[in-house]
Amino acid sequence: MTWVNDVVQGILLGGYYGIIACGLALMFGVMRIINLAHGDIAVLGAFLMYLLLQHWSVSPFIALLPVLPTMILFGYVLQRLILQRSLRAGILTPLLATFGLSIVIQNALEQGFGPDVQSLGAQAGSIVTAAWQINSQLSISALGGLILGTAVVIYAALQLYLSRTTSGRQMRAAAEDPDTAELVGINSRAVYARATAIAIGIATLGGLALALRSTFQSYSGPDQLIFAFEAVVIGGLGSSLWGALLGGIVLGVAQTIGAQINPEWSILSGHIVFLLVLISPRGGLLTLRSRRGARSALSGAGA
Amino acid sequence: MKGARIQRWTPASLSFTSGFGLLIVALAFVPVVMGASIVQDLTTLLILVLMAVMWNALAGYGGLVSVGQQAYIGLGAYATLWCALQGINPYWGMVIATAFCAVVSVPLSFIVLRFRGAQFAIGTWVVAEAIGIYISFDNQLGAGTGTSLSQLDRYAPSTREHITYWLTLGLTAFFVLLVFVLLRSRLGASLQAIRDDEEAAASVGVRVLAGKRILFILAAAGCGAAGAMTIANILFIQPTSIFSVNYSAFMIFMVLVGGLGTFEGPIIGAIILYFIQQQFGNDGTWYLIGLGATAIIFALLFPRGIWGMLEERTGLRFMPVGYRVKRTTTDAEATA
Repeated sequence: MTWVNDVVQGILLGGYYGIIACGLALMFGVMRIINLAHGDIAVLGAFLMYLLLQHWSVSPFIALLPVLPTMILFGYVLQRLILQRSLRAGILTPLLATFGLSIVIQNALEQGFGPDVQSLGAQAGSIVTAAWQINSQLSISALGGLILGTAVVIYAALQLYLSRTTSGRQMRAAAEDPDTAELVGINSRAVYARATAIAIGIATLGGLALALRSTFQSYSGPDQLIFAFEAVVIGGLGSSLWGALLGGIVLGVAQTIGAQINPEWSILSGHIVFLLVLISPRGGLLTLRSRRGARSALSGAGA
Repeated sequence: MKGARIQRWTPASLSFTSGFGLLIVALAFVPVVMGASIVQDLTTLLILVLMAVMWNALAGYGGLVSVGQQAYIGLGAYATLWCALQGINPYWGMVIATAFCAVVSVPLSFIVLRFRGAQFAIGTWVVAEAIGIYISFDNQLGAGTGTSLSQLDRYAPSTREHITYWLTLGLTAFFVLLVFVLLRSRLGASLQAIRDDEEAAASVGVRVLAGKRILFILAAAGCGAAGAMTIANILFIQPTSIFSVNYSAFMIFMVLVGGLGTFEGPIIGAIILYFIQQQFGNDGTWYLIGLGATAIIFALLFPRGIWGMLEERTGLRFMPVGYRVKRTTTDAEATA
């Protein structure tokens, strides 16, 4: 029964990884870049909420209300100032620029907030402690359920946006072939800025999830980036949007089962599953679909 | 091409390459004439040069941006420690550790070279994290709290520093020359073709994967040597610091500022980082913020780095790894 519990807890943890991976997958799908500062941006969002809660005694969910639009704006500016410029310069430049950004954000957070470990769980009230006790060994925490539910809603909303709205269709077109998209009057720069803004907004939700379910500190970003990336790759990089959520769940289950074997093995067993998926001939759970279909991560969204 | 001739060596590059050789010889005499602090500082600088040259070999010539070279820095350091625990002379252990890193990188290359671009970057990072976590489980190697290379205590401090310095100088010179020879060989031309356009290179028969693998193994060995030298220089290591992604930040900074894809650039970048570390290294976060911001600015605005810009303006090339076409007739004759 403990195994069932591990799997259930892993799936709930996977909801968090799914959220954190979603923005990374979106930016990769649309612009073919991996934002190495993605994890740090999520942690930045968590710290902004922490900052607000220092002055306001409200729920973290209320603190999200001003932070989310701020971060979305930040994403938009980030695209316009740094990413757009780096996109023009070839494939290596976005990597180098976002890695530099990651170093800047981490150390700016360290400078501003110090090295202490923070959590917003205490301010969130009963949702953090509430659980649905199924039997003596299996319980589902309300927060875990909320995070997984949020993840599903985010993915569904993004899929609807990409398939049903003009703006979303433009994004898929620009992702598929930016030059041709330009020919039919799509401003790919505006589309990219929109995609980055959405991705950073989702990363901020991930930051809140992290801050509620666990702890964070100024140097927590790189780990979140690695987990997000592992989720995206395990889910079959670039094959389908939902793959990232599925990959996140696989990663979460791998970590909780690893921790059951030996608490120290939690993170390592996630890395090992990631590497095993890599060396498997298919190289990702959903990659077969992508070989048959188009190259874009977003193409599946319209079908 | 009629009316043109291919030139590799110019008088300037010839004199500078021989000057480079003389510099290495001169550096070898530093411990004899200079004080202990200078020897230790130069050891630190040489380690930085080695790391920068290795990272540049990967990214500048193979188009492989790695954020995980700390895997080999850490493995090099821990393999040295392991050898010392087996009773092997620590200095021999450092050479063995270097070879060990090259061997380990072969199977790893089959995993991470499946990736391209950004995926390669994070793929190598995950490998480094996994190795770092695994080593932190090993009690014999000091587990998570780290351990010191006490086997070096049997040497007098000055002797130890001198041997460490000479070994660092020897390994750094060896790897710098290896990159130089490699880039001037037939392989060098194909590597630069891979960097410029992988698919086009493959279409004209360049063995893309083999070329990348050679660079990957070379960089693993070089970073392993840098790690072995690091433990000899600072004597104490801890998994979290020796496997720290900050090493990648330093390497990226040095290569970007010096000049990605130029032979001389990383060396200049290493010297710049060395002086910045001396000046601001104690400022912690502000120092790292400055490094990150400078890396962004160079990546976006000066992608060729300091050396690349200098080379462009002046045509100077001290260490000739490329070819240059020199017209021997006037333009009018050439078109006739």
